[in-house]
Amino acid sequence: MSNNQTVTFEHSIPDNLKGLVADWSSDVQTFRVRWSKAMMWIFLVSDTFIFGSFLCAYMAVRLTTIEPWPPTSEVFALHVGGADVPLLLIAIMTFILISSSGTMAMAVTSGYKKQRKKTAFLILLTALGGVAFVGMQMFEWSKLIFEEGIRPWGNPFGAAQFGGFFFMITGFHGLHVSIGVVYLSIVAKRVWEGRYDRLDDYQMVEVVGLYWHFVDLVWIFIFAFFYLW
Amino acid sequence: MDQNSATYEGQKMYDPKGWWDTYVFSQDHKVIALQYVCVALAIGLTGMFLSLLMRMQLGFPGLFESIDAGSYYQDVTMHGMIMVIYLLTALFLGGFGNYLIPLMLGCRDMAFPFVNMLSFWMYFLSVIILVASFFVESGPTGAGWTLYPPQSILEGTPGGDGAGIILMLASLAVFIVAFTMGGLNYITTVLQSRAKGMTLMRMPLIIWCIFLATFLGLLAFPALLVGAIMLIFDRVLETSFFMPEIFKGGEVLDYGGGSPVLFQHLFWFFGHPEVYIIALPAFGIISELISVHARKNIFGYNMMVWALIAIAGIAFIVWAHHMYVAGMNPYLGFFFATTTLIIAVPTAIKVYNWVLTLWNANIKMTVPMLYCLAFLVTFLNGGLTGLFLGNVAVDVPLSDTYFVVGHFHMVMAVSPVLALYGGLYHWYPSVTGRMLNDTLGKIHFWITFVGTYLIYFPMHYIGFLGVPRRYYSNEQYDFIPQSVADLNQFITVCALIVGAAQFILLYNFIVSLYKGAIAPKNPWGACTLEWQTLESPPGHGNWGEQLPVVYRWPYEYGLPGATSDFVPQNVPDEQIT
Repeated sequence: MSNNQTVTFEHSIPDNLKGLVADWSSDVQTFRVRWSKAMMWIFLVSDTFIFGSFLCAYMAVRLTTIEPWPPTSEVFALHVGGADVPLLLIAIMTFILISSSGTMAMAVTSGYKKQRKKTAFLILLTALGGVAFVGMQMFEWSKLIFEEGIRPWGNPFGAAQFGGFFFMITGFHGLHVSIGVVYLSIVAKRVWEGRYDRLDDYQMVEVVGLYWHFVDLVWIFIFAFFYLW
Repeated sequence: MDQNSATYEGQKMYDPKGWWDTYVFSQDHKVIALQYVCVALAIGLTGMFLSLLMRMQLGFPGLFESIDAGSYYQDVTMHGMIMVIYLLTALFLGGFGNYLIPLMLGCRDMAFPFVNMLSFWMYFLSVIILVASFFVESGPTGAGWTLYPPQSILEGTPGGDGAGIILMLASLAVFIVAFTMGGLNYITTVLQSRAKGMTLMRMPLIIWCIFLATFLGLLAFPALLVGAIMLIFDRVLETSFFMPEIFKGGEVLDYGGGSPVLFQHLFWFFGHPEVYIIALPAFGIISELISVHARKNIFGYNMMVWALIAIAGIAFIVWAHHMYVAGMNPYLGFFFATTTLIIAVPTAIKVYNWVLTLWNANIKMTVPMLYCLAFLVTFLNGGLTGLFLGNVAVDVPLSDTYFVVGHFHMVMAVSPVLALYGGLYHWYPSVTGRMLNDTLGKIHFWITFVGTYLIYFPMHYIGFLGVPRRYYSNEQYDFIPQSVADLNQFITVCALIVGAAQFILLYNFIVSLYKGAIAPKNPWGACTLEWQTLESPPGHGNWGEQLPVVYRWPYEYGLPGATSDFVPQNVPDEQIT
């Protein structure tokens, strides 16, 4: 037996699965992408489990804690023009972060069109969105800490775990955004210097884009679970 | 992509300059593998020493006054953590994974050599942090290797007054970073950088095993990371993620409202896949060794692969069988008992296939083969006691007795270590170019195999008698008969002998490095690519000018019409003589 697994049942495979079968039964490489892109995907799957564990832990504690959960719409409200507007700050933050995903997608497209300057500019714009997001998050944190007295170990509104989970999870996400900003800046610099023109390959822009979209997607979940629940 | 040139996706291949680059901060996967093996074996010896301290107390209570109840718990904790994470995980994936993946797949190095180097140094750092906890005030944490809160972060727990628990958790976090960097490398390399002709279903089974174990690790370690971060916060910031309202000495502590069971869920969501992170590479080593040393193709290759995939999948939905008595909803136990017993099916497929590989085979009683046979027996034994513990109704009385200790040491301590030793004896010639001493190997084998059986088999009996595990002393309980004390003495004597016998291996390793017989290029007559390199041991870049091309599966033994009893993977049909 030489284990020559030639696909003799090819005609029985539905057309839309043929590519999948060809990829997984090929030699040398399974996915026709650069190694760094494959690695980024695998890393993101792993990172999903980190955020997933954080959010599951948060949900479990929120359901089992003995004291009532703080009234989030009041805690997160912003006092504007004499009235408390719930979700105002967070709506702006979310809008900015999602817009930065838009500019990132545009950067990837113009990268594949080999438009060097436009790509670098769009990546920098994306990074700027990230900086704005982190800056507003710092504002939000300082408001929660200094004005409303919310601490990781307790708060005046209810269950002590609220502050702990909020600062831990948004902090961990903010860390991801900050790392993303640094990462984006490095890629922008390399695009600007023409490194990917010389390689004739802009896939690294897409790789950083994957990371950025992921950070964005995670934020949607955090937004839903902390601010809307 | 032209992989034959010395370039790597447009980057120049790593080119070591000077001694430091070649032997210390090397990016060559073979050097990194050796670094992993050496550090893991060193910390593993420490773990073994701790277990002997525990055995001294259990066998001869009060003989050593330096072992008090506190230090006993610290020894228990550190022994468990060191063996599971810093020895076995690191050695199987960092050591065997790094060495074998590029060589067996026919590529020049890992996909990201620099990240690979960082992975080792992060691992080294995590070991340093772990060892540092022995030297802080009040020593390492004594909370048990599962680090359950509340006691793990409260003062009053052995080692709980100082920084022991913080160092433990920090070390775990660093280890997880190291594992992630290594793991991304292993998976990317397996998926994206195989030799021409090497399809997934032509990969040696050990590569499948390491690949799936790494995948398990990348998905399971996040839960431990999250648990560790939250536990650090509970300790340092006094948050109450895991901490319910607690009275201590009549005083109310500043905690309240948290869920200790949540930590157990997070821990075991990591902890159970971790069992398979250790077991799968052991399965892989056995699959390779049993086929090579029985001169027969592995039985049911496809079935083996699908069984591995099934095990890797089911491994994620069995975790709460560690928590039957933890206070979770009893109905959940029914679900987890069912999945636990289902995972026995693919595992049994693998054991049957190994046995059927031996059926009518030309078995060579080499040292690696002896270890394979020992593994089969030990693993079967440990697996069968697992059936007892997987059932809720049987587990409840057996929980937290020595039966559990006997079970998991058989199945995930002795079995993987036997596979590990078999692997070390098997691949030593490939790494060093010299053979290990056969006689010393056999002496070491028999003492280890028989010795570990004598250590762990009686523990099942002690467990049936109801002796609780983790107790510092069993003397003052009426329900424990004298026979337990006698058996404990016997076990301790065996443990000392087995412990001493490990130095035979160490001696064999060091002496054979200089005085061992020069190994022929393919001493065992294996078909896999790591034995088909130009130079032996393989040099930097592994393959000289031309990368190998693969024409067949990795177990081509006894091919009809061929004069040799094996045909390497890189020999085309027309060159078979």
